[in-house]
Amino acid sequence: MNLEILWFCVIAFFWAGYFVLEGFDFGVGMLLPFLPRDEGERGAMFESIGPVWDGNEVWLVVAGGATFAAFPAWYGAMFSGFYLALILILFFLIIRVVSFEWREKSESPAWRRTWMWANTVGSAGAALVWGIGLSNLLHGVPLDSSGDYTGGFWNLFTGYTILGGIAFVLLFAFHGAIYLTLRTIGDLCERSLRTARLLAIPALAVGGGYLIWTVAVAVDRNDQSVFPPVLPAAIAIAAFALAAVFVFAKKTGIAFTLTAIGILSLVATLFTSLYPRVMVSSPDFGNSLTVQNAASAHYTLAVMSVVAVIFVPLILLYQGWTYSVFRARVGGKELPGATDSPSAVPGDSAAT
Amino acid sequence: MNVLASTTVDLARVQFATTSIYHFLFVPLTLGLGPLVAIMQTLWLRSKDERWLRLTKFFGTLLLINIAIAVATGLVQEFEFGMNWSVYSRFVGNVFGAPLAIEGLAAFFIESTFLGLWIFGWDRLSPRVHLATLWVVVVASWASGYFILVANSWMQHPVGYKVVNGQAQLTSVWALLSNNFALRAFVHTMLAGLIFGSIVMLAICCWHFLRGHEADLFLKAAKLALIVALPATFLQLIVGNRFGEAVTSAQSMKIAASEAQWNTCQPCSFSLFQIGGFTEQDQTPSFSITVPRVLSYMATGSFDGQVQGLNELQKQEERKYGPGNYMPNVRVIYWSMRVMAYMGVLMLMVAALGAWLYWKKKLETARWFHRTALVAIAFPYIAATAGWILTEMGRQPWIVQGLLLTDKANSPAVSTTWLGLSLGFFIALYVVLGVVDFVLMRRYAKPGGAPPEPTTEATPAVTY
Repeated sequence: MNLEILWFCVIAFFWAGYFVLEGFDFGVGMLLPFLPRDEGERGAMFESIGPVWDGNEVWLVVAGGATFAAFPAWYGAMFSGFYLALILILFFLIIRVVSFEWREKSESPAWRRTWMWANTVGSAGAALVWGIGLSNLLHGVPLDSSGDYTGGFWNLFTGYTILGGIAFVLLFAFHGAIYLTLRTIGDLCERSLRTARLLAIPALAVGGGYLIWTVAVAVDRNDQSVFPPVLPAAIAIAAFALAAVFVFAKKTGIAFTLTAIGILSLVATLFTSLYPRVMVSSPDFGNSLTVQNAASAHYTLAVMSVVAVIFVPLILLYQGWTYSVFRARVGGKELPGATDSPSAVPGDSAAT
Repeated sequence: MNVLASTTVDLARVQFATTSIYHFLFVPLTLGLGPLVAIMQTLWLRSKDERWLRLTKFFGTLLLINIAIAVATGLVQEFEFGMNWSVYSRFVGNVFGAPLAIEGLAAFFIESTFLGLWIFGWDRLSPRVHLATLWVVVVASWASGYFILVANSWMQHPVGYKVVNGQAQLTSVWALLSNNFALRAFVHTMLAGLIFGSIVMLAICCWHFLRGHEADLFLKAAKLALIVALPATFLQLIVGNRFGEAVTSAQSMKIAASEAQWNTCQPCSFSLFQIGGFTEQDQTPSFSITVPRVLSYMATGSFDGQVQGLNELQKQEERKYGPGNYMPNVRVIYWSMRVMAYMGVLMLMVAALGAWLYWKKKLETARWFHRTALVAIAFPYIAATAGWILTEMGRQPWIVQGLLLTDKANSPAVSTTWLGLSLGFFIALYVVLGVVDFVLMRRYAKPGGAPPEPTTEATPAVTY
């Protein structure tokens, strides 16, 4: 395997890490107006992701930085081509970032409501636009021979890419609801479970449809064969289906692992479909950017590889440690010895 | 057509400048207040004096309000290279992208993760481990600054590269990381951060003295602020000067412009103030105050040093790069240099006066000084902004010194309309963020505003 392919995989890994981790905090953010019954529960939801969202978002920063360093042509084409979409994403992410720190700085209900909505709109909006944006890499956008985007803003919206956006929103909401069943207690925990059940079927249906369509787009528009993209797609669909089953069986610890695997496989499906290209050009397929023609020279990639080999394991270690420090459930008084075991989910007597 | 193209580049520049300057209003306070809060928490852990804990919480809250905006606006910076400058990104990605990516992997990841641990870890971690998380954040934020400055310094003074097929390619990562320009810029910027942190902290203490609010508590913080501010402001004058020498050798045009020095001179006098003399048509100021030989010393380290003039340099560059105007905007560069330097001197005076008053045990009572210190909050902000204008506008017309011109580096895919829209959007959003930030900072810094109770931050949002 040469370094260009390695870095294509590393960037896919960063995106996957970003969506698996930020996916659930986006999900929690989306559910803020609907799940809690009072300000206390809302605070608990904020606290369930408060210590970790910032570290989760850095996965995006390194995905962007690594693209700049390893595939400058891809970075330039994608970021300038998706200009207005990225402005929207920046808007959503910025209002979301400040909402975490600023919301609790005043007791005023209007103030708190404002920043709660900022978080919700930011979470749902960012998920939606990321889904649309990344789907466009595969679906193809008009590029000229020097790799510059020649389309407009509305070129980014097609049936497939919009479905991608909706799939991201639903899957992250599902992922986030399951996360809440593991991090909260009492009534809030029960309602999280009910919400997860409510979201399971729509998320599976839309997510599954998107994955199948992705494989079709890969074949149709990117000169790929059905295999290998169908493999991660099948794993993702199976993982989401099993997650739904385990949510109904109240085993949310397993369900959360499965949605994480599902999101990881979804990103793997996208990138497997994309290979050997990084950004498909349509209608002029020949102008597509590829892993080879968009990459940096060998020396840069070698330096970056050394840095990644040292730091990626470290990142996984200390982020893992952070999650273990904050594993205790939140919301009202803490249960002594509360753990992540699914049995800690209280009985759901009101199950439909 | 030509007019349209230049508007696009201008808009892209205005947008990048606006968002960068705004971002850098919040970054240096983070760089400087971070270690100060960490020192206070360390002092609390060592002395068990509850007052240090209260001060840690008090200034820690201000630090966090500030960091939120620094993080939010930092994301814009990373995206904007590709968004506004795709030709530049393709040209420099091999070299410039590497330190940015390393910054994320080796510094920003640590900073963000450990910041979460510090904010929420008060009662989940042992006091020692909890304190360690803050120090980790501080070290990571400084490392982060280093990598960003390595990237920026490469645009000022490219090293360790070769140009292949119209792309700059890295040939030595060590040359990149040990770029003389970057090392000096790092020391200069980190000192600026410490000055930010200590001057803002001193001013907030003075605000409390002025209102007679918990004077004994804030006297401890004021002492710490002065211990940092006095050497930092003093060293900055020396370091700034050394940095100037690095600029002289890498970017002669920038130095000549910052002195409005049209003709080569030896020895050269330093212009303190002048009227006119800022354009090619009007090269001689109608009025000026100068100090003999000081410019020679500042630019070269010798009182006899030669400083090349703008006219001479323009001829040299034309010979080297072909016809064109290679001079930056002299008026802007001259004044940004002076505003920065004069603010630096003023801050040294504030720190020295404060230290003298503290020594005389009059710091809590000298009301004139309290008011002065409050005004001085503006000084580091003005100085840092002027400093970046000098650094970035002084490099023009180049985006990468000697390698790529700014007006050939923007994104062809991005239209004037998109740029106009997004510029309006950023200005609107940033004004709102700025107002909220100011209101919150004021509220939490104000005497008796939000009492620095040890419990406020320890159990956020779960005390029901």
